[in-house]
Amino acid sequence: MANQIPLVDYLVLGDRPHLVAKECTSCGARYFDRRNACASCGRTEFTSVDIATEGEVRAFTIVAFAAPGIPTPYVAAMVDCGGTSVRANLINVPPDPEHVSLGMQVRLATEVVGTDDEGTEAIGFGFEPKEG
Amino acid sequence: MASDDLWILGIHMTKFGKHPDKDMVDLASEAVLGALADGGVAMSDMGVIAAGSLMAASAGIGQQLQKQLGQTGVPVYNVANACATGATALRVAMMAIKAGEADMGLAFGVEKLAGAGLLTGGSRKDDSGTFTPSGRYGAVAPVDGRIGTEIMPGVFAQIGMEYGHRYGGTSFELFARISEKNHAHSTLNPLAAYSKKMSLEEIMGDFMVAYPNTRPMCSANCDGAAAAVVISGAKLRTLSLEQQRRAVKISASVLTTDPWEESCQILPDVNTLTRNAATMAYEQAGVGPSDLDLVELHDCFATAELVHYDNLMLCEQGGAVDFFNSGATWRDGTMPVNVSGGLESKGHPIGATGIANVWEVSTHLRGEAGPRQIEGAKIGMTHVIGLGSACGVHILEKSAG
Ligand SMILES: [Zn+2]
Repeated sequence: MANQIPLVDYLVLGDRPHLVAKECTSCGARYFDRRNACASCGRTEFTSVDIATEGEVRAFTIVAFAAPGIPTPYVAAMVDCGGTSVRANLINVPPDPEHVSLGMQVRLATEVVGTDDEGTEAIGFGFEPKEG
Repeated sequence: MASDDLWILGIHMTKFGKHPDKDMVDLASEAVLGALADGGVAMSDMGVIAAGSLMAASAGIGQQLQKQLGQTGVPVYNVANACATGATALRVAMMAIKAGEADMGLAFGVEKLAGAGLLTGGSRKDDSGTFTPSGRYGAVAPVDGRIGTEIMPGVFAQIGMEYGHRYGGTSFELFARISEKNHAHSTLNPLAAYSKKMSLEEIMGDFMVAYPNTRPMCSANCDGAAAAVVISGAKLRTLSLEQQRRAVKISASVLTTDPWEESCQILPDVNTLTRNAATMAYEQAGVGPSDLDLVELHDCFATAELVHYDNLMLCEQGGAVDFFNSGATWRDGTMPVNVSGGLESKGHPIGATGIANVWEVSTHLRGEAGPRQIEGAKIGMTHVIGLGSACGVHILEKSAG
């Protein structure tokens, strides 16, 4: 099996892929990026928390026209994962308004998004429809 | 007029559209000379200059203009603040007057964007080399298109869709109808980049950019400039009665940024800062939404116009869909919105937009809007928002004179 690396550092691979956020220990605000301080309260102490892998689509768009090199169409969305908002693509679903809807229940899924010169695979994430 | 009031003495906008034969200084000069002539004053009367341009602020567009129109030695502030650039420039001139550093000031905004593409979202090269995490997300490859979208039509599409998820009632057709309204309004505006009426079928059948926004539902990239001369009430009293009669009172001027909200770094929150700005503006002006005779709001996309009905409190919270469906925001409705045609048809030369909307409202308040005049207009509001985010709101009132 090829070496794998997550597309972003807040994606944890393994048997149970999931996202992790930095949570402000003072106010509970959550962030996925490297932080200088908390944008909500200004404190600088953070702890790592696992994000729910299932959620609800709160907003989406189907991007048909993108910058060169980006395959279209694709579905971009904001998913509410147990109260934490996550930006992601919706994957494993046809990119049309008949198959994607507001309030749709989804779960985290991973996919290979590229391979570098040394054969390492970059693993990205998206959300796919929950069955049943 | 109270001494510490601020007024628009002169204001002008160029035709928006394609100006291949004019550079940015030409466009800015046309707007500035127009505003000075409109106010009956000269460059030598200006005590401060605020120059707004997203593309040219760092190149000193303000000083470039002075080199053509008058090097008077006064302070110049070159301003860039996303799509709120023009409104920010206007406020900079106002703040200098408020601070007592000048009694008259010039603000202008200019951009050349005809033929520009999506403006954001980097092109993606092939993945190569060795994957190495970099940046604040430790990404090993570009994420636009892989983890959501960074393009504006897609971001604002989601903003409209989120409103629909929260309150219900939205659909592709509803958003297209908003665009149909603005394109219909534009037929009366000779300065609009596009002034062609479009049917609902044409709008929905056009090229899809980011569902539910088709091309005519997106703001039109174009060239253009707008300029305003701002004056203190004390100085205005020294000018002619005709100048006083045509002056437009700036009853409120507010600039906000987005306060932290749970999801604001996932999907930009254009709602909270707009609501905050509107609340402060109504308080400053001592008026309420029902006092407004017309509104020019930031319809950078049809999906955005809907949420701003609510954010500017033109309707009840959650009631934007019913409000639009009632016909209220058409030019013959109870709350005409974007009678200029809006950014979708008038066009969106970014730096100029936040002054051009003040020109539109001022022209109605002066009773000089010709065939598209909103009869008897006394109070109007302008609104711009730049992602990042910055929101500018102004409330303007007809002179009592
Ligand atoms: Zn905090």
